[in-house]
This record gives sequence, structure tokens and C-alpha cells, in this order.
Amino acid sequence: MTKEEKARRKFISDTIKTVCGVSLLGMGAGLYSNSASSLPADILRPPGALKENDFLSACIRCGLCVRDCPYNMLFLGKPEQKVATGTPYFIARTKPCEMCDDIPCVKACPTGALDHSLTNIDDSRMGLAVLVDQETCLAFLGLRCEVCYQVCPIADKAITLEKQHNIRSGRHSLFLPRVHSDYCTGCGKCEQACVMAEPAIKILPHRLAKGHIGDHYRLGWQEKEKAGGSLVSPDAKREYNLPEGVVYDYETGGVTEKDSPFSKNPMDTLNK
Amino acid sequence: MDSEKQKNKRGFLKENKWLIMRRLSQVLILLLFLIGPWFGVWIVKGSLASSLTLDFLPLTDPFILLQSVFAGFITDGKAVMGAGIVLVFYAIVGGRVYCSWVCPVNIVTDAAHWLRHKLNITGSVPLDKNIRFWVVVLSLMLAPITGMIVWELVNPVTMLFRGLVFGLGFAWVFVVAVFLLDFAISQRAWCGKLCPVGAFYNLVGKVSLIKVNAFNRDDCDDCMDCYQVCPEPQILKPVLKGESKSTLINDSACTNCGRCIDVCEPKVFKIGWRF
Repeated sequence: MTKEEKARRKFISDTIKTVCGVSLLGMGAGLYSNSASSLPADILRPPGALKENDFLSACIRCGLCVRDCPYNMLFLGKPEQKVATGTPYFIARTKPCEMCDDIPCVKACPTGALDHSLTNIDDSRMGLAVLVDQETCLAFLGLRCEVCYQVCPIADKAITLEKQHNIRSGRHSLFLPRVHSDYCTGCGKCEQACVMAEPAIKILPHRLAKGHIGDHYRLGWQEKEKAGGSLVSPDAKREYNLPEGVVYDYETGGVTEKDSPFSKNPMDTLNK
Repeated sequence: MDSEKQKNKRGFLKENKWLIMRRLSQVLILLLFLIGPWFGVWIVKGSLASSLTLDFLPLTDPFILLQSVFAGFITDGKAVMGAGIVLVFYAIVGGRVYCSWVCPVNIVTDAAHWLRHKLNITGSVPLDKNIRFWVVVLSLMLAPITGMIVWELVNPVTMLFRGLVFGLGFAWVFVVAVFLLDFAISQRAWCGKLCPVGAFYNLVGKVSLIKVNAFNRDDCDDCMDCYQVCPEPQILKPVLKGESKSTLINDSACTNCGRCIDVCEPKVFKIGWRF
């Protein structure tokens, strides 16, 4: 073997070694990233955070949002935690979002991982409050608790109280909290304030909190409103196989008898 | 031992001028980030990944931002300007100035090397100095594959700095790992062979204007002191032994740490402009 050949062999074997070693490292890091990117349900992102997948590509883990939060309720993930290292989060039960009008955390973000198009904090969707346990919620047990309702910053919209008869006592009302996803920002005030040892109302990420009806469903009443009238023409005569003397009234009455040979009073028929 | 006595005559300060300045720089930069949370004096906010100085000057780590782009996110925020400023700065002063004057891990690996030398540990697993560039490629490639900035999950550099400023948690595990690697397994392995952050700044520094100059190389007495202290000793030989025409240490792996200037008895080195 000439000197050149030896050098070439060494170069090739060194390169293969390096590439293999680095690939091993890459596979490890890639797999780790998979588990590190699954956000636990009790970890919430700051207002305006992009969807988790996009967030993890956009957040450069600088901590500027944490610094500009006047309530110090944002933290950066540490390597031993189940949230991606260095990314900002908060935990509703310990320190919820105070929903500042000027949203300083979003303004501080240098990349837009916290979306700068969020200008009204009421439009933020950090999660969704869910009354996860109706069996233990004091309101369902008949107490006038209503703490979650009282602390909700979107007063009387995100959480309303529904009055219901208390059939257990027979003579009281239940005032049941009900969350409306059209208004709830997921700030976490209700979860923090819940007086129970373990809160009955919790902020969950939307992926866990919301059902989805399926795209093929149409809600008749909504379609009617959109179209400005019933989509089923009221004038369309349909042939129903109805008994003689019975008619179908499209507008109001449904099935009615017309010129019935029988009186309404069965005695008349019997006496005939 | 003789050379040590001579050095002592030069005096501690002269012998360690650049090292002291470097440590001061590293500690001061860290302190700038810490006096905010400690004393409520907000000069610099954020971390090395991205910061805002005096509510005016944005600085962003261009390598992290590049990974973010590779992961599929294009920002139009302040981070773009911040990364631009950082790139221009290091393109002028030398890319790996980040490594020796800013990066907190440098203190860890320097300590490992110092202890290794004190305890006279000589065995070392040989690692190719080019692995780091492959790790750069790896971190950039993992970004589009996973759709996220993967390297930041394991990067000891940002993890240590962020940990010191925002709360360390178990980030010390990564730091101890780097120390043990450099101390016991392979000398100068992390900063010199593996770290993609340094490798990235190495590439930025290709055009840098400030260089170490072995202008007085004819006076070199082959004492090998500079090889001992240099974090990238392979870059010294071509210049000192006259293999290259220029007396400039042109290899962008040079971190401009200036330690060679400190230890050189015959004053072979100085720092100066490229041209």
C-alpha cells in the first residue's frame, strides 16, 4: 500500500466512524425529543402561544417572556421536567395567568412563538376550564360555593351559573357552574380558586377538553338560520300513507284528523 | 521547573493578564443577566439564546435561530435583528471569542483540563476535531425531521447559562457530564471536538478581523508552554514552525483567548488586526 492509499483508507474509516457516532447521538436525541415534546395536561403555555408543534420550532428558549411577566407566574422548563427544556409554562393551580391588558409576555417574545397578532387578552386560549368532577363539586352537592364563577375574569360569560332544582332536598336550588368555550381563555383563575383539596374545575388543553362532532354533521337550526329559512320547502307536498281522513299539516299541527267520522268523545261512538 | 521560576519573576498579573480578563468577561456577562433577578436592576433581560439590553438592543444566538428556521418557523420578530448584530460582532472579533470570553461551559472545561494536567492524567480517547461540524449538520437536520429545535433539549451551553439565570434544576447533570468527559475520558473533548455551538461560531469566524499574531516566531524557544495551554493546539504548529508564510493564526478554530500571549516567555504572540 502506498502512503496515499493508507491516508485514503484512514480518511474513509475515520469519516465512517464519525458519521456513525454522530448518527447514534442523533437517534438518541431524536427519540428523546419525541418524549420531551409531549406536553403534560397540567402544563399550560403563556398567552398567544402557537400550537405545541409550531411552538417547539419557534420558541428559542430565551426566557424574555418570563422576565416581562409582572406576576412572575411563568417558568422555564428544566431538564428533569416533562416540559421541553427551556420553554415557558405555568401551572394554573399554583399561579394562574393574570391576563394583563397589554400582554407584556407576548410583546417580549423575539420570535413570535407567542403570537404578536394577539392584542386582546380575552382572545387568548391557553386552555379550557372543564368541570371535571360533578360528583365532588360543592355546587353539585347543593352548596352555594360559586367561587370559580366569582373569580372568573370574563365575568358572567366564560362561567355562568345554571339554576336547577335540587331533587335530593326537594326544596332548594342548585347553582351549577358551566364553562363556555367561546369565552374561556384558560387563564386558570377558577382552578386556583377552587376551594376543594383537589379542584373540581381544571384547565385542560383544548385537545383534551373539547369533543368534535365530526365534519359530516350539520346542525339543522344553524343551517336554517344561515339560509334565512327552512331548507325543507314547506310547500312540498309529500305523499304519506295516512289513514283516511287524516292530514299532515306542514306548518304547525303535524298529524291532524280532518272531518273525522268519529267524535272526540269515545262515548259518542259507543252510543251510536 | 526553570521556566516556572522565570515566569514567576514576570509576576502573576503579567503571566495571567488575558486569562483574568477572560474570566472577568465571562463572570460580568453572567452578572449582567443576574442583577435583574437579584437586585431588580434590569440592564439585560433574557439569556444567551436571546436577550434585550436596556430595553433597546436585541441580541440573539444565530445558531438557535437557524435551527428554528430549519424546523420550519420563519420569524419576523426582533430575533432576526438580534442574530444579525451577533453575527456581525463575531465576524469582526473572531467567532470563537464566544467560546472563550462568553460561554459559561468554557470555565467548566478549562477546570477539567487544569485538573487533568495537575493530576498528570495522560490517557485520552482520541476524537476527531471535525466531529463538531457533523454535530452542527446533525442539529440542523434533526430540526426538520422532528419539527422542533432538538439540540436545545440537550445543549449544555444554553442549559448551564439558562440554569444559572433562571434556576438550575438538574441541568448540572449535563455540566458534570461535560466535566467528566473532558477530565477523565478525552482531553478538551467538549469544546474542541464536539460542541456544535463552538463549531458554528468557528464557521462565522472564517472572516474575522482580529487574530492572534505570532509576529515574533523567530524567538520561539520550543518550550511548548503555548501547546500546553492552547485549547486548539493543532493550530499553532503551522504558524510557529513557519509552515505558513503569514505569522497570523488564521485557523478560525482559534478562540482568541490570548492564553498563549500570557504564557510565552519570549513574547512571540500578540493580538492584532488581520491585515
